[in-house]
Amino acid sequence: MTGNARVLTGQHFLMGDVACAEGGLAAGCDFFAGYPITPSTEIAERLSRRLPEVGGVFTQMEDEIASMAAIIGASMAGARAMTATSGPGFSLMMENIGLAVMMEAPCVVVDVQRGSPSTGLPTLAGQADVMQAKWGSHGDYEIVAYAPSSPQESFDLVIKAFNTADRYRIPVFVMADEVIGHTAERVTIPPADQIPRVQRKRPRYAPGDESFLPFRAEDEDLVPPMVHAGEGYRVNVDSLTHDEKGYPATFAEPHDRLVRRLAAKIRQNAHQIIEYEELLLDDAQVVVVAYGCTARSARRAVALARQEGIRAGLLRLITLWPFAGQKVWELSSQAAAFVVPELNLGQMITQVERFTSHPVVGVNHAGGAIMPPEPILDAIREVVM
Amino acid sequence: MAEIAVASHPIDAVLRRDRLPHIWCPGCGIGAVMACYARAILESGIPLDKHICVSGIGCSARVPGYMNLDTYHTTHGRAIPFATGLKLVNPELQVTVFSGDGDLFAIGGNHFIHAARRNIDINVFCVNNFNYGMTGGQAGPTTPMGSFTTTTPYGNVEPPFNLAALAAACGAVFVARWTALHVRQAQEAMQRAMQKKGFAFVEIVAPCPVSFGKSNDIGEGVDEMWMYRKQCVVNDDADVTKIDVTMGKEAELVVGNFLDIERPAYMGYGKEVLGEA
Ligand SMILES: Cc1ncc(C[n+]2csc(CCOP(=O)(O)OP(=O)(O)O)c2C)c(N)n1
Ligand code: SF4
Ligand SMILES: [Mg+2]
Repeated sequence: MTGNARVLTGQHFLMGDVACAEGGLAAGCDFFAGYPITPSTEIAERLSRRLPEVGGVFTQMEDEIASMAAIIGASMAGARAMTATSGPGFSLMMENIGLAVMMEAPCVVVDVQRGSPSTGLPTLAGQADVMQAKWGSHGDYEIVAYAPSSPQESFDLVIKAFNTADRYRIPVFVMADEVIGHTAERVTIPPADQIPRVQRKRPRYAPGDESFLPFRAEDEDLVPPMVHAGEGYRVNVDSLTHDEKGYPATFAEPHDRLVRRLAAKIRQNAHQIIEYEELLLDDAQVVVVAYGCTARSARRAVALARQEGIRAGLLRLITLWPFAGQKVWELSSQAAAFVVPELNLGQMITQVERFTSHPVVGVNHAGGAIMPPEPILDAIREVVM
Repeated sequence: MAEIAVASHPIDAVLRRDRLPHIWCPGCGIGAVMACYARAILESGIPLDKHICVSGIGCSARVPGYMNLDTYHTTHGRAIPFATGLKLVNPELQVTVFSGDGDLFAIGGNHFIHAARRNIDINVFCVNNFNYGMTGGQAGPTTPMGSFTTTTPYGNVEPPFNLAALAAACGAVFVARWTALHVRQAQEAMQRAMQKKGFAFVEIVAPCPVSFGKSNDIGEGVDEMWMYRKQCVVNDDADVTKIDVTMGKEAELVVGNFLDIERPAYMGYGKEVLGEA
């Protein structure tokens, strides 16, 4: 099923990967560069058919290093650009993810996680790239990462990812997983005029105006306006530490200033970025913190616990990064314990532990299948005993 | 001593004068090659605002930082795919990748061969100084056999690439090799590259006295220029597969515009592929 419209308004039955692709299109994605990898390939395949229909450009690159470089170049030329991959490709993208941070190039990277490390489980789910999403490239930086837990949310969060990327001039990750990517469910695509669109902040100066400093953050949000290639501003955009003019400034002082600003533009706006869903948290004694496909099992486990009279609730993370630490801290005043199920050996649990002094119990599996509700329910029972 | 004061220079318009002096060592050939590029831009007839310069990392890759254009100093080896994304989104731009031999042919070699194969419409200008200048003179993919570098203290035993042959074999539509001595010819080759629709490659052999010349009995930059003068043979019709650069004391260094052909340029998969007018 395809059509010529950019936004396929209506009800559809789509798998998560296809929903990611349609979310990108609805968000106005003009450019996709990628390299095939299971379980993300359907995103590239869908866009190879759809982008030409809507006036965008699709290109398959020689590897994920090139794909990431290409979307940054495309972003600098004014495009809404995205790529999609899975763990092995995500690893290859890391150096240029740092480049996107340094150049402040808005772009979207979808990682449909599979069992890892290395080639791992190409066709089966994992959630073990979530720390890599935060820390994978060298250096200090902040990113935004969303975790969809349904095809509908895959669609919605890719749109949100583009808006967040343009709002803060950062690479934004959509950390899906194989279960979500390959699950088909109903996806409602709204009318085109109801798709939210954040515009990039653009320079207030005309080309040639000497007072324009392209990397000066004039506003409180610390985000400098963005110049696109070929507009006449003749800007230097550098991977080296640079000053407000964009010129290399490879000294301690400008370095500290730049790196702090890049981190601060996310840290100080985190409250506007962080999202989560709350289920039965009002009176919860036990809070399950979950995301992605595991949140679906956690929802069931919480329902089963309630049937047994245990006051359990679910904090479903929609943004993994920035982490909803404040919310965990608030819940700590009422709940007695936390349960964190993940398809990894304990990654986001380290963040939960930072914000509570109550017991935090991990329910872990290295990946390969969606986690059933039972081990999560067992952990809930265990912590209330 | 009297100061030599020059109020303006013909290529000023293309340079960021507020960034000068540049970082290169005395006798380095990169500045001469940058001047060729600057003059080629002025002569190209294309507005400066439409010229884009992208580089990787290295001494040669510092050139865009001095050019008064939209310039992008990216990661080591990745200038070509970065430029690919930029060009596919805005095909009106005249996109040049300006970088070094190590950047383009070691870490970035895979991107080079695929960009040439696709025939993406960009120019790639490579300063070939036979080593990794920026990191202190290590051997790289163009280091001649037998050469001494900081990682080949016993002499290089790896055969180098013949860049012209590589580019031609991979599908470039324009292939030239000149040296930092051949400033006029190098400039004209760059202008021709800008006119070509497709992947155009110009190699410019240049001295790196600090990290290559001195340790290989070539001497200072000017000595290497003399070497080019004595040993270069201009032959546009040369068989590119037979023109390896050995930098031997008596060896010919064949230069010229070796290839100039037409082939459909790669535009990515956009609305053109739907076959509608
Ligand atoms: C991923 C990565 N590896 C290594 C380096 C270190 N490095 C910087 S420049 C360079 C070599 C540059 O050589 P070349 O392209 O020939 O440029 P030249 O300095 O000779 O002009 C290397 C290895 C780096 N910056 N990034
Ligand atoms: S190290 Fe070599 S290439 Fe680099 S600036 Fe010095 S002379 Fe030039
Ligand atoms: Mg070199």
